[in-house]
Amino acid sequence: MILKGTAHKYGKNVDTDVIIPGRYCNLIDPVELGKHALEDLDANFLKKVKAGDLIVADTNFGCGSSREVAAVALKGAGVAGVVAKSFARIFYRNCINTGLPIFECPEGVDGISDGDTITVDASQGLITNESTGKRFRATQFPQFMQDLIANGGLLRYAEKRLEEKRAAEA
Amino acid sequence: MAQPMTLTEKILAAHAGKRAVSPGDIISINLDLVMANELSAAVAITEFRKIKGATRVWDADKIALVPSHFTPNKDIATATLSTLMRDFAKEQNIKHYFEVGRGGIEHVVLPENGFIGPGMTIIGGDSHTTTYGGLGAFATGVGSTDIAAAFATGEMWVRVPPSIKIVYQGSLRPFISGKDLILYTIGKIGVDGAIYAAIEFTGPTMKELPISSRFTMANMSIEAGAKNGIFQVDATAEAYCAAVGKKDYTVYHADKDAEYQQIVEIDCSKIEPQVALPWLPDNTKNASDLNDLRIHQAVIGTCTNGRIEDMRQAAEILKGRKVHPDVRVIVIPGSQKVFMQCLKEGLSEIFVEAGCVLSTPTCGPCVGGHMGVLSEGERCISTTNRNFKGRMGHVKSEVYLTSPYVAAASAVMGYIAGPEQVTQRVTVS
Repeated sequence: MILKGTAHKYGKNVDTDVIIPGRYCNLIDPVELGKHALEDLDANFLKKVKAGDLIVADTNFGCGSSREVAAVALKGAGVAGVVAKSFARIFYRNCINTGLPIFECPEGVDGISDGDTITVDASQGLITNESTGKRFRATQFPQFMQDLIANGGLLRYAEKRLEEKRAAEA
Repeated sequence: MAQPMTLTEKILAAHAGKRAVSPGDIISINLDLVMANELSAAVAITEFRKIKGATRVWDADKIALVPSHFTPNKDIATATLSTLMRDFAKEQNIKHYFEVGRGGIEHVVLPENGFIGPGMTIIGGDSHTTTYGGLGAFATGVGSTDIAAAFATGEMWVRVPPSIKIVYQGSLRPFISGKDLILYTIGKIGVDGAIYAAIEFTGPTMKELPISSRFTMANMSIEAGAKNGIFQVDATAEAYCAAVGKKDYTVYHADKDAEYQQIVEIDCSKIEPQVALPWLPDNTKNASDLNDLRIHQAVIGTCTNGRIEDMRQAAEILKGRKVHPDVRVIVIPGSQKVFMQCLKEGLSEIFVEAGCVLSTPTCGPCVGGHMGVLSEGERCISTTNRNFKGRMGHVKSEVYLTSPYVAAASAVMGYIAGPEQVTQRVTVS
């Protein structure tokens, strides 16, 4: 899968309260959630962002709450992926579970400025800053997680585990 | 000779059917308890329905559902989510559903009703599920899809975290509690100081802490980025289990030569009442240095500090005093049991006499939902656990995190103040 879009760059500790404020956590529809993504961090984000764009951020992106709607809100706003120096742990799992591609790449973050055009080859973790020509490689997920994603995500994994348990009991 | 393991590694290994585990291992653990509230459950239930072959939850007795966040429901959307959870509980025969008026906030309700015990593995659809580590359980927060998979299978894949040992030494000054210790700790290591790690809270000072303070500290482990926070089990913890009727449990101990990613030493005798300033829980200062900050609201209670010990601390400061004319105070006991105990101990009268609102148990203002949302430019001192931008209301409102003692003292003074500034105040008549 190749992602291509404009980079929207933010700093450290972008937390789940700015990704989707608590007052919107009574929503579950992705499009409705998407209308409020990052509104408390950057009032212009929703005006600027186009489907396919990527967020580029410093350390500890997604820190705070376990609200899965944070990942869903970003997807709902059209964000195709997030490149960050590091991700908070619950948010990291939530992105994998909801299908929001994430890439841990400190050098990439340093080498991308707000407004640059970037491409990401998701299967390779290869990030190219089209505006500067520089290329970066994201940290690979552990094999277990690569397999989980390749095989359709957590719910399909749960189905497989249920089958295995029933077979073991039979 | 089995490989030396930390406390977290021991619990995870036991629940994965393995002799030993190491940091970085990806294992599948059996779960003893899966918890959700009305916000996380709604999405979890929808996702659960998508799992082929899953019509019934794996074990209805190992699931707890607690309406808490926007409860009693603040609007139609939340009421709809709550109804979804309520109906699922009935459909699946999940007895541990705590209806409004018979429960409270999950992290106060579950321990006091004997659901939590040493050595358990617990996941919850709330980041402050880490609270239960105060009683020596492995407890961590996850998103709704993880909860859905757990509802179906009773297990979860986990990457074994490295452990960070924090050693607390020295005796506590007056008015210092677990909240000050954890704020000081997060201030020292940073909001990602324990990212992906298990925090083991150890040291001679920890033995002196009541369980309520241990819950408070474990609750805020996530604010340092931790996977979980965990205390050793001692006589105090076992006495708590006996008192709440928790009988079946296993006590694990970290091996003496277990390997830790980092060891942090903290001298508690130096710690003064702490406050975390906007916009991160690691932006900590001494309360006495913040007298120039006037406040508009104080929130005392919720999952971090909503137990009877916290209510007593606030009442100690508020007794016979009035809150400042420019301040609104919302007192939120964490459960109906705590609410009732406040009534019996005369604390409720103290709160109302002082000019506080006495709320039903709810997460309410902590997450910017209801029961005390802030307007532009307002400042709230609160015993909650997060102070990110927009957390309690308007994006230009501010939240300062602290202990019940400091929140109550600030409510009286009208500005951020330490408790001794109130108790040692000389009134000129």
